[in-house]
Amino acid sequence: MKPTDIANPDYFHKVVDCQWACPAHTPVPEYIRLIAHGRYSDAYMINWKSNVFPGILGRTCDRPCEPACRRSRVEDENLVKGKKEPVAICRLKRVAADYKDDDDIAAQMPKAPPKNGKRIACIGGGPASLTVARDLAVLGYEIIIYDQDPKLGGFIRTQIPHFRLPESVIDEEVGHITGIGNIEFRHQRIDSLKAVLAEGYDAVFVGSGAPRGRDLDVPGRKEAAANIHIGLDWLSSVSFGHISKVGSRVIVLGGGNTAMDCCRTARRLGGDDVKVIVRSGFEEMKASPWEKEDAMGEDIPILNMLVPKEVTHKDGKITGVLFEKVKAEYDAKGRRSLVPSGEPDEHHECDDVLVAIGQENSFPWIEKDAGIEFDKWGLPKLNEKTFGSTHPKVFFGGDAAFGPKNIIWAAAHGHDGAISIHKMLIGEDPEERPAPGVNVASQKMGIHEWSYDNAPTIDHRLKVPHRPKKEALKDIMAEVELGFDPQLAFKEAQRCLNCDVQTVFTGQLCIECDACVDICPMDCITFADNGEEKDLRTRLVAPAMNPTQDLYIGDNLKTGRIMAKDEDVCLHCGLCAERCPTGAWDMRKYYMEMTQAEHACRKQ
Amino acid sequence: MTYIAKPRLHHPSLVKNKAGYTRRDYEGAVSTLCAGCGHDSISAAIIQASYELDVLPHQIAKLSGIGCSSKAPTYFLGASHGFNTVHGRMPSVMTGANLANKNLVYMGVSGDGDSASIGLGQFAHIMRRGVNMTYIVMNNGVYGLTKGQFSATADKGSISKKGVANSDESIDLVSLAILMGATFVGRSFSGDKHQLVPLIKAAMDHKGAAFLDVISPCVAFNNHPGSTKSYDYVREHNEALNRIDFIDGRDEITTSYDPGSVTTVQQHDGSLLRLRKLGEEYDPSDKVAAMKRVQEGMQDGEVVTGLLYVDATPKDLHHHLNTVDVPLNTLSDADLCPGLPALDRINASLR
Repeated sequence: MKPTDIANPDYFHKVVDCQWACPAHTPVPEYIRLIAHGRYSDAYMINWKSNVFPGILGRTCDRPCEPACRRSRVEDENLVKGKKEPVAICRLKRVAADYKDDDDIAAQMPKAPPKNGKRIACIGGGPASLTVARDLAVLGYEIIIYDQDPKLGGFIRTQIPHFRLPESVIDEEVGHITGIGNIEFRHQRIDSLKAVLAEGYDAVFVGSGAPRGRDLDVPGRKEAAANIHIGLDWLSSVSFGHISKVGSRVIVLGGGNTAMDCCRTARRLGGDDVKVIVRSGFEEMKASPWEKEDAMGEDIPILNMLVPKEVTHKDGKITGVLFEKVKAEYDAKGRRSLVPSGEPDEHHECDDVLVAIGQENSFPWIEKDAGIEFDKWGLPKLNEKTFGSTHPKVFFGGDAAFGPKNIIWAAAHGHDGAISIHKMLIGEDPEERPAPGVNVASQKMGIHEWSYDNAPTIDHRLKVPHRPKKEALKDIMAEVELGFDPQLAFKEAQRCLNCDVQTVFTGQLCIECDACVDICPMDCITFADNGEEKDLRTRLVAPAMNPTQDLYIGDNLKTGRIMAKDEDVCLHCGLCAERCPTGAWDMRKYYMEMTQAEHACRKQ
Repeated sequence: MTYIAKPRLHHPSLVKNKAGYTRRDYEGAVSTLCAGCGHDSISAAIIQASYELDVLPHQIAKLSGIGCSSKAPTYFLGASHGFNTVHGRMPSVMTGANLANKNLVYMGVSGDGDSASIGLGQFAHIMRRGVNMTYIVMNNGVYGLTKGQFSATADKGSISKKGVANSDESIDLVSLAILMGATFVGRSFSGDKHQLVPLIKAAMDHKGAAFLDVISPCVAFNNHPGSTKSYDYVREHNEALNRIDFIDGRDEITTSYDPGSVTTVQQHDGSLLRLRKLGEEYDPSDKVAAMKRVQEGMQDGEVVTGLLYVDATPKDLHHHLNTVDVPLNTLSDADLCPGLPALDRINASLR
């Protein structure tokens, strides 16, 4: 194998599994350390810069970082007395938002410079547009955001129930953005892209989301229409206070996170007998496992393998839904299809049905001749790097770009869209993307002292305290999760392995004494003759079984051998560096942050 | 020294041996020796060997004297018996312990000062008595604890860190051990665990006096140009005569060898030592030839390593003394005081 090129920022970025997995590449270990130190405002600002909505995401993020967390690969069930679990990254983020010093944050918020004369329209006031607005307003652009709803926030405000995300958090974080200046909000539904373009904007960013909930198409749908609601619209009406009651028996159709929000909301609006009914198996449901858990914790059963066949009704009033029972069958290619199981149909009585069987993009307001091409799924044809559409001035982001995802993706798209718009407007090629900013610093403080807490704990993942169920179900505004307090947050933060503090090897200094090999608790260092990766992986002190994780190869050894380190299971405890007599190993913090639309993203 | 304990988290593939322990269970406290010390590598090799032999940790007794090397037993086999003796007197204590309880696996860990200077007399006598043990000298040719004076095993003419040449002849513990009657003698290098681990396993299994001289560079005081016990010097001058594969009598033999490349020595307990030839023809069962080859190597400035001498049918101290088959502490009062008729019989036999 060739020696590893650690000058490539991607190499060590990949080692920080959480950061690599995060669409916005938030420097997770850095802010977790700051939380452990009680520096909540600093932790908040790192998040704010990277993902714009720390308080919101700390409650609602889909957390792609957590399944990636190294902790879940290296824990031993017997030692931690529980399952192998990642660090509770998402809920730690919330701690930063909960305990930050608001004055301190306000003082750090940027202010818009004088206008540079260029105007940008953002269609939709959700997270993608707000991110674009934040990134570009500070550069002097004038941003005009259009939204059909009276307040900014988009799906964050209309779709996420307030018992999961209090409105005050949304107001605060939207306020951070609008407070920058140069941002104007127009409460106005856009019906024509051409009309927007005709206003002479220098660029248009479409962050209009995937605003249409898929409808149910079965007999009886029309007749019982008064008691059948599209989940998305229903949640939105609840959010704005237009709906405050629901029947006592409610069926929620669908297995995604919207379905989970619908059923829990129904429980708070008078639904005593609320059930979720899904077509697929329980395991294949799209909802995040923790959201399913929370729903079931509120006495909401989830019934699976039932396909709605007919809505039953009497005298124009709904009586229930009839379901066909199905089973999963797999073809030779492993593709699943649901086939009738042959068992008798099941009828479930109800007073209301909430339909949350998916959402679709819809762009009825974009004229066919506006210059935007769409693909066969009805999504705009985009350049995946720049998010630019087939119209040179129009960019897309968030759910409007590649279909329904979640907030953290919208923020990431927003940053990328802002870079593209900025580059286009300063006359550079948006295809040339700026490299991330990397700051490398040795963490050595003394012979055996490091500037990070290097002893890994064997504590199991801590649970976030919840409000007592009785109390929570009474009040739709009462937030269920209470968040970690500083003591719990410290304990959970200490589970982080500091994967951003990297083991850096300098072959010229090595005397091949084996001290690092002997001390490594994970047996991840080997000195061996070089070979092909496949062969080398089997010849290590402990076999490297996870091909998705790199081997770090160091050369320039006197014996002509190579050093091979399996990055998969390294605890970043620094013992290799501590037992190294020559400093061939050093623990260096790689602080990596994505370059956003700013001066640094310009060509030098 | 290192402040944090070695994390208890471990590689997911870590497996238990037949005794029910993982390799990590044979570890001790985190080393307080200098970073990079060869002794730590030898400790790791002892841990690996004990794990591979499926020994129960409480069936091992580790004894040591004074010095950096003799501190090392703290850093391995944390669940075994330990005895840190007076300087140079480990052999007497080990002889006594061995006489009292023959059922334990004895491991003596000593250094070049402890064994070749203050303890040279004791060293010679434990070898000639044939105590069933593994005696490991962590040999760095220097007094590390007192900051770098030559020890008795430093080669004549080698240069100290301060730049002074050694004018004294060196004591070669390998030659001395063979001469004194040790029945298993080898030499190895802390930086070569592929050679060292099987040697330790074979030595631990050997039912007689087994001695291993392990060159163990002192990174602080004896790892410079001019030293003959540095990592670089040993790597350049290492003349390995053989590679040993230790095959436990209970194990199935799975490795195949090219005919003519291997010499097999079967010990009386059924275990096999397979010696893979590395170059020259060498017969480790020939005592006189072994002494000759070791001396030639010294003359040529080679570090001759490998299994240098083995007697496949050793006799140990208990055999010489015709002792009872069980540990002394398991003998009952009736065994120890068999009564008047037995005394009468003894007296009658002497009349």
